[in-house]
Amino acid sequence: MKQEIFVLIEHLQGRVTDISYLMLAAARGITEKLDGNVVALLLGHNQRALANDLAADRILYFDHPDLAHFTPGAYQRVIGSLIEENKPRLALFGDTSIGVEVAGPLSARLNLPLVSYCKSLRVENNEIKFTSQICGGKLMAEGELPSPTALVTMIPGAYKAEQGRSVTPGVVVQASVPQLDKHPVRFLQYIEPETGDVDITKEALLISVGRGIQSKDNLEIIQELADALGGVVCASRPVVDQGWLPATRLVGKSGKRVKPKVYLALGISGATEHVEAITDSEVIIAVNTDPLAPIFNLAKYGATVDLLDLVPALTEAVKQATVKA
Amino acid sequence: MNLIVAIKLVPDLVEELKINEEGNFLDLESLRLRVNEFDEHALEQAILLKERGAGRVIVIALDGEGVEDALFTAAAKGADQIIKLTGNTMPLVSNHTLARWLAPVIKSLQPGLVLTGVQAHNDLDGPLGPLLAEYLNLPYVGYVAKATMKDGEVEIRKEYPGGLAAEMEIDLPAVLGIQAAEQPPRYIAFSRIRQAMKTVQLEERQIPDPFIEEPIAIARLFQPEIGERAEIISGDVDEIAARLVDIFTDLDLL
Ligand SMILES: Cc1cc2nc3c(=O)[nH]c(=O)nc-3n(C[C@H](O)[C@H](O)[C@H](O)COP(=O)(O)OP(=O)(O)OC[C@H]3O[C@@H](n4cnc5c(N)ncnc54)[C@H](O)[C@@H]3O)c2cc1C
Ligand SMILES: Nc1ncnc2c1ncn2[C@@H]1O[C@H](COP(=O)(O)O)[C@@H](O)[C@H]1O
Repeated sequence: MKQEIFVLIEHLQGRVTDISYLMLAAARGITEKLDGNVVALLLGHNQRALANDLAADRILYFDHPDLAHFTPGAYQRVIGSLIEENKPRLALFGDTSIGVEVAGPLSARLNLPLVSYCKSLRVENNEIKFTSQICGGKLMAEGELPSPTALVTMIPGAYKAEQGRSVTPGVVVQASVPQLDKHPVRFLQYIEPETGDVDITKEALLISVGRGIQSKDNLEIIQELADALGGVVCASRPVVDQGWLPATRLVGKSGKRVKPKVYLALGISGATEHVEAITDSEVIIAVNTDPLAPIFNLAKYGATVDLLDLVPALTEAVKQATVKA
Repeated sequence: MNLIVAIKLVPDLVEELKINEEGNFLDLESLRLRVNEFDEHALEQAILLKERGAGRVIVIALDGEGVEDALFTAAAKGADQIIKLTGNTMPLVSNHTLARWLAPVIKSLQPGLVLTGVQAHNDLDGPLGPLLAEYLNLPYVGYVAKATMKDGEVEIRKEYPGGLAAEMEIDLPAVLGIQAAEQPPRYIAFSRIRQAMKTVQLEERQIPDPFIEEPIAIARLFQPEIGERAEIISGDVDEIAARLVDIFTDLDLL
């Protein structure tokens, strides 16, 4: 029998999220080498149309009013029984606010191995190998995915969403939803992101600061640099969590995806949750005192000096250059 | 009500991470550990709930180097009870194992709310919270950035990508994965920690179930190529600044 790879399709407010397409791409990469089928699992209510561009061999669509919004209990129930009955070779989930809450408990409940932070999958000698990115991007861990069934949570970085989209979707099968009991977690409402003074997703030049700026006071010299360059200041999560900059300036997994011409990263280590949102930048320039900081893997240019020394010098040099011009 | 915070120590990323000779694990000798950043947020959120009258804070951690410091620091910040789990422990045990060890102890403490950090950077077998919740047979919600106690429930704000969030309510008892406390973790002067060492009792409990779950086998652990693409600009800050001005100019930004 053909081995199956399950992919949990994540969607929010009527849109399939990018990670779902990346996982379909990863799954297809395996079934091209091993005889197998990619089975997309779509849970929702009146949302069958979301299946239209999923690059899967088969799409199981589960429709129920209690599946209109993600809640962990209902998702665990549907996917748990499906895994138990079908024993797929793999079940892929996003390493996200949705996937982790399904994969983790099911791993414990069904006594199945779970591999997280997985960036890519490949087939070697008929075995499926994983590469996970751990320690904030400083290390990669490789190994074999345990048989017969393994659960995997995936991070972005190795596949493109386009590879998981298809104009000719697979067969959509309306699947029967198991009895959904009353669960202790209830969805109340969405809270929309704040809209702010500037839209960092549209800026050509972003000066982004991380924990390396050390204190709120140091934002002043950053702002001076941004003014001289005609750019906008944004930040990594610790800076926003400290309340030094508003949430509208947050770049990353829980913030905005940006695509500037230049992304100047000052004192940012380059953790997975940050860099996944800056990969569409044309040129990344990183300043970090740690030469092993993962941000340098992505940057085109780098400098390993103290940003607090460099920034005033750079502001001065920019001012000189603009006076001359 | 008991607010239970489980904290764990993880490699400090500020230090260089050395890999063992076999090339399949961290070199434990050279490793410096610190409390997982998100666990500090979980503790902060628990203390904030306590300050609003929700109950007592109990902090629990597996024995190991630096754990007592972490527990006394938690006590100095406002934890009412601190517990060290002892036995045949090892540093960097897998989360499936840790969850198996913690669950019965937490259960015996009659938890109202269990707070964990949403993840740690070395969770190769998934974060602790969801596993712990399952072994406790309790609901779990992660990516939580705010929690408010209601009658028999906790109302939380759960984060989704792009700044979107959802409000959810959860019947107690429950397990949360805290992404960020409502305020940054408080700082405590070392004198207060020292004082806690003198006045607060550190409880010890044996690991109730020494069962060890098979960890995910790592065949190869390695550092990604650094500077594969980055051209590192050398020189003093003025030379670097001059080069950056050239780059900005070439890109038509100046
Ligand atoms: C579910 C989840 C979602 C997340 N979402 C986001 C998100 O949306 N955005 C985000 O950014 N993070 C997010 N994070 C957090 C992320 O994991 C990292 O913790 C965070 O990105 C680290 O920020 P940082 O690089 O500023 O800090 P650190 O990782 O602490 O790095 C600081 C860097 O500054 C360098 N440095 C220090 N001093 C100086 C100096 N004087 N000069 C130059 N360099 C210096 C250091 O070498 C270090 O590399 C999320 C985490 C989770 C678990
Ligand atoms: N935010 C903090 N609040 C309270 N104590 C801390 C904090 N950060 C570090 N410590 C404690 O201060 C001591 C020195 O920590 P460090 O500077 O990280 O080596 C240790 O005992 C830590 O537990």
